[in-house]
Amino acid sequence: MSMKIHTRQVDGVAVLDLSGRITLGEGSVQLRDTVRDLSSKGSRHILLNLAEVSYIDSSGLGELISAFTTVRNQGGDLKLLKLTKNVQGLLQITKLVTIFDIQDDEAAAIRSFGK
Amino acid sequence: MADLSADRFTYTLDSSLESVNKVEHTAEELARKAGLDENVVFQVAMAVREAAVNAVLHGNAYDVQKKITASFENTGASLIIRISDQGDGLCSSTANDPRAPENLLKGSGRGIFLIRSFMDEVHFKQLHPGTELTLIKNFASAQTGT
Repeated sequence: MSMKIHTRQVDGVAVLDLSGRITLGEGSVQLRDTVRDLSSKGSRHILLNLAEVSYIDSSGLGELISAFTTVRNQGGDLKLLKLTKNVQGLLQITKLVTIFDIQDDEAAAIRSFGK
Repeated sequence: MADLSADRFTYTLDSSLESVNKVEHTAEELARKAGLDENVVFQVAMAVREAAVNAVLHGNAYDVQKKITASFENTGASLIIRISDQGDGLCSSTANDPRAPENLLKGSGRGIFLIRSFMDEVHFKQLHPGTELTLIKNFASAQTGT
């Protein structure tokens, strides 16, 4: 199943609803292009909703980090929302939980950007 | 299509992402058929996918002239999966720990780490040319969730 991205704006935060798999050749490039496009257009607060992301491989993890650093380098912030059990486990085992701000509630996540 | 009811079978595949997906799905089906719980099925499928990505991307560099070979075996006590490529070789011993602070923000270098984390045994063998990875998941450890 290829990945789909739906972008919406909520109180100045670009919320990306992702669904499917983020793997080499399936979604990695799409995610990279979407985040770079938003960042180049001035979006500084980006929230990746991963509730419907069933699977991420090591390439997908790399793209999450690339998205994070792209936004941070522009002076913004990128956070993750609603991880599935498998994705949460991957971020724990790789210690990427120490890098990302991971939220469970969208409204609280939006507020946490502290505009 | 391989016969998943056989104890052992082998694919020879092109160096493509379609091959990676095929190998991953075969490992997933084999692990599920072996009665492993879904968490372990996920781990085995992911480890095998990462090994196949290494073979296609880093080993054969998508070279259409080079093949990958994937063999699957259920011994009754373990799953043994071997993935080989025809590339220049992969040096596993120099792989850095992706969890080290200086490596956390690197976009790559987690594949081998995930393979080692999810399987009970991982062996590298230098071929001429290429590299063979052997991945082993023991049913006894899978039952205890290790």
